[in-house]
Amino acid sequence: MNERIKKLRQQSLDAVPTLSHERAQLLTDFYKSGEAQKHSIPVARALSFKYILENKTLCVNEGELFVGEKGPEPKATPTYPELCIHSEQDIDILHNRSKVWFRSSEETRDVILKEVAPFWKGKSIREKILEEVDEQWLDSYKAGVFTEFMEQRAPGHTVGDDKIFRKGMLDFKKEIQESIAKLDFYNDTEAFAKREELRAMEISADALITFAKRYSILLYELAKKEKDKRRKNELETLAGICERVPANAPRTFWEALQYYWFVHLGVTTELNTWDSFNPGRLDQHLQPFYKRDVESGLLTEDQARQLLQSFWVKFNNQPAPPKVGVTAQESNTYTDFCLINVGGVTEKGEDATNDMSYMILDVIEEMRLLQPSSMVQVSKKNPDRLLKRALKIIKTGYGQPSIFNTDAIIQELTRQGKSIIDARCGGASGCVEAGAFGKESYILTGYFNIPKILEITLNNGVDPRTQKKIGIDTGNSEKFNSFDELYDAFEKQLNHFIDIKIKGNLIIERIYAEYMPAPFLSILVDDCIEKGKDYNAGGARYNSSYIQGVGLGTITDSLSSIKFHVFDKKNFSMKEMIELLKNNFDDNKEARDKFLFETPKYGNDDDYADDITQRVFESYFKAVDGRPNTKGGHFRIDLLPTTCHVYFGSVLGATPDGRFAKEPVSEGISPVQGADVHGPTSVIKSASKIDHLRTGGTLLNQKFTPNFLETDDGIEKILQLIRTYFRLDGHHMQFNVVDAEVLKKAQKHPEKYRDLIVRVAGYSDYFVDLGEDLQNEIIRRTEHTGY
Amino acid sequence: MQNSGYIFDIKKYSVNDGPGIRTTVFLKGCPLTCWWCHNPESRGTEPEKVDNCSFRWNLSHDPAQRNIIGSKVAVSEVMKEIEKDIPFYEESKGGVTFSGGEPMLQIDFLYELLSSCKKNDISTAIDTTGYASPADFEKIYDITDIFLYDLKLMDEKLHYEYCGVSNKLIHDNLRELSSRDTKIILRLPIIPTITDSEENISRTIEFISSLNNIREIDLLPFHSTAKSKYERMKIMNKVIELIPPDKKYINEIKNKFSELGIPIKIGG
Repeated sequence: MNERIKKLRQQSLDAVPTLSHERAQLLTDFYKSGEAQKHSIPVARALSFKYILENKTLCVNEGELFVGEKGPEPKATPTYPELCIHSEQDIDILHNRSKVWFRSSEETRDVILKEVAPFWKGKSIREKILEEVDEQWLDSYKAGVFTEFMEQRAPGHTVGDDKIFRKGMLDFKKEIQESIAKLDFYNDTEAFAKREELRAMEISADALITFAKRYSILLYELAKKEKDKRRKNELETLAGICERVPANAPRTFWEALQYYWFVHLGVTTELNTWDSFNPGRLDQHLQPFYKRDVESGLLTEDQARQLLQSFWVKFNNQPAPPKVGVTAQESNTYTDFCLINVGGVTEKGEDATNDMSYMILDVIEEMRLLQPSSMVQVSKKNPDRLLKRALKIIKTGYGQPSIFNTDAIIQELTRQGKSIIDARCGGASGCVEAGAFGKESYILTGYFNIPKILEITLNNGVDPRTQKKIGIDTGNSEKFNSFDELYDAFEKQLNHFIDIKIKGNLIIERIYAEYMPAPFLSILVDDCIEKGKDYNAGGARYNSSYIQGVGLGTITDSLSSIKFHVFDKKNFSMKEMIELLKNNFDDNKEARDKFLFETPKYGNDDDYADDITQRVFESYFKAVDGRPNTKGGHFRIDLLPTTCHVYFGSVLGATPDGRFAKEPVSEGISPVQGADVHGPTSVIKSASKIDHLRTGGTLLNQKFTPNFLETDDGIEKILQLIRTYFRLDGHHMQFNVVDAEVLKKAQKHPEKYRDLIVRVAGYSDYFVDLGEDLQNEIIRRTEHTGY
Repeated sequence: MQNSGYIFDIKKYSVNDGPGIRTTVFLKGCPLTCWWCHNPESRGTEPEKVDNCSFRWNLSHDPAQRNIIGSKVAVSEVMKEIEKDIPFYEESKGGVTFSGGEPMLQIDFLYELLSSCKKNDISTAIDTTGYASPADFEKIYDITDIFLYDLKLMDEKLHYEYCGVSNKLIHDNLRELSSRDTKIILRLPIIPTITDSEENISRTIEFISSLNNIREIDLLPFHSTAKSKYERMKIMNKVIELIPPDKKYINEIKNKFSELGIPIKIGG
């Protein structure tokens, strides 16, 4: 990392996250002007987008090689009042909270509270959603049965493909005009709506060109004034680049990256789309430019590296949009889930790794920034070298990159009906979500609290926390005579709540389709232009809606505990079990210990438990998969929690697996913390018993201490672990290389860390099994090896 | 046919007992009483009661078993556990390792386990002290792919003193084994003041140079992990004062062995 990059990196780290009122104010000014009311909704949206890009503050940071920020300066974070309005209380919470805060100036407060909020009140999408969904939905939502993604962020969940690297905005405009010309007003009853949408796309394409041109003019001015000759040159080059892209297709490495960045700003200025947006298979997109530029002598390897590093900083300058309401209090990350993909296979299905794959991994390691996130796609065709390189970054304890199984992703996508080529050119985005990049709208609609369904079942439809009957009558659970009877009741309640969630989703999808089109994003996703349809209204080639199941470990262990202790061994009656749960096990340590330690549990390659996992998976799959959404696509499932397992735990009473009330539920498809005691191969075996190929993504966490990965042999053994998991069709794995702090916690609460493996002295063992003296020794050692 | 035997643990994802990812099955009972033994719970041949046992391989979920080390298990039960990780063995060229204790002490049980593995094409290794009858070695020779073989002290008297038995049988068996077409990994515990003397090391080197088929030498530096086990089992810990050797020292010892031209690994 050279001095310039060090400086840029530091500037980004030091930048203070603030709330920016600029976008909200410009948007409000536009809608107040009366201009919006003259046009259809898509065109008005496009014109507001144009207005913002024509008027927003330009920002050129000292020494940077790419221009453009979402706000007027790094980490100045815009709000989206057309979706959700920040109240005075929200602004205060964001300003004052001790973690993940957003400072706001007096001016920002004034503008948002006096100009913006009064105008949008009653018009925001969030208000519309809460008006349109029914009471059942609201009750379930409040009880914590599910969450709703679109209540303050727009549907996004899509990733760019290679098209912007081949075509300029002018090319897209041409396509749009051709599509308009082809409209059949004699037979197509939607022709007018399509024309409005296509006109909106055209305006949006122009808007981005204008935005870049404004930068070009500013950069030429700055170049004139610049004393330093080298910088002067750079500014001139950059001005030329902004003149050329995004209007035209990029010709060079530098142009390609600046082009992407304008597109990124376009998508995230238009709406606060979920999972931000990202360039997807960046190594694939950049390699041709890199090769060409190096061959022609335009670019050296070092320069390319520097450009990438500077590009990385741009991502880190954009914190995730600040939330409102309860979420403002709970949401605790600046990460906006841009997941850069490296590796995988080509369109032809061959190993896709190239120079760029390794250079990007170098950059990830060196930059060590929160954003962008990164992942490595590993197919059986990719060399071990790729995986080893990734593991060498992972071992520094930075949690990146995560590892994905390309072969599984391709099968998941083709099962859903995508062409094999589109599947190969796809990957994973957000946390772990499989998608056909540039061709699919794959919307995560909300997390679903599976263990909560059991709680409601055990209480015959009543949520014990809110004391409301939100479920259906499935009978007094004390009278169940067999596990199957209980399971049937559970399945009925599950279907009931999935119905409620899907009904809500279908309404919300249409709210976005009608009121909140995204014409700019639509340019970037096939086949919106061809169909003349918006991304939010089914314009994409593929349209999937997901409901993300949470708590697979907790639900398995809870059902297993009831099956084992109540029906098989008859250690407890159902009545006793329910009493224990109601009273949070009271002081009955003996009973709780039985549930904790003497129950077959998920994560141990024990079929007693894993059969239940499979059964729950099948029920969940059946309840959701294949049901139609409003965009011509289908509902699908995936199993990932982000941090929702904490919230879902907080609204859940004690569970039969020995979990205390309010404690988090298990995350992803990982076992309950500490429930897996037979090592990582058993976890992998258990996890691979669910059918990953019928999901759109699963998340598995594994913990290792840094010293386990210290030697090449250790890395090899982890590589083999991953390869085996992928051979068993596992979707994703991430490694938590734990530091001394975690080990100290493990010492205090060994019951939660029973699965933690440490390398001791030429051999490995469970940390909690070691004598205290040795634990202390390893903690000390880990402090040295930790980053 | 011995359809069952005593084991005290099964460890999955065992990465230091032979090549690849392995499952290590610990058979109970050992004729040696090495001072530095880090598995003192392995010595007795029958199950024994221990306070706060951390015995993990307990799929029966039977609370009565919780504080007992060792249990009688059928070959089929052990095989069921071993077979669960076949994909990992295949991917990593690993397999199963029978350790102890001294696995040869339950030769018939061991024989059944090894043959069952061979029938399933699972690669096998045994981790042995070498203290067993030549006839027993003969019995398992064809069904054992790798021998992890301990070499502790060359001086017979010292061996007797620190390990409780003579080393003659151990050395004879090793000589015989090394004359066959087999894979041997030697495991040398580096115990400060006991096995690390100038004399013991040079005699060990001399002995190894007379052997064939030694694929690797593992230097196993002393560690004090077993301290709490001794406490819990209320067994006298004779090496309580010993300090684990540091990396630099181990590297010096490694250098001494390097003249043999055999790959050397620190740790298993």
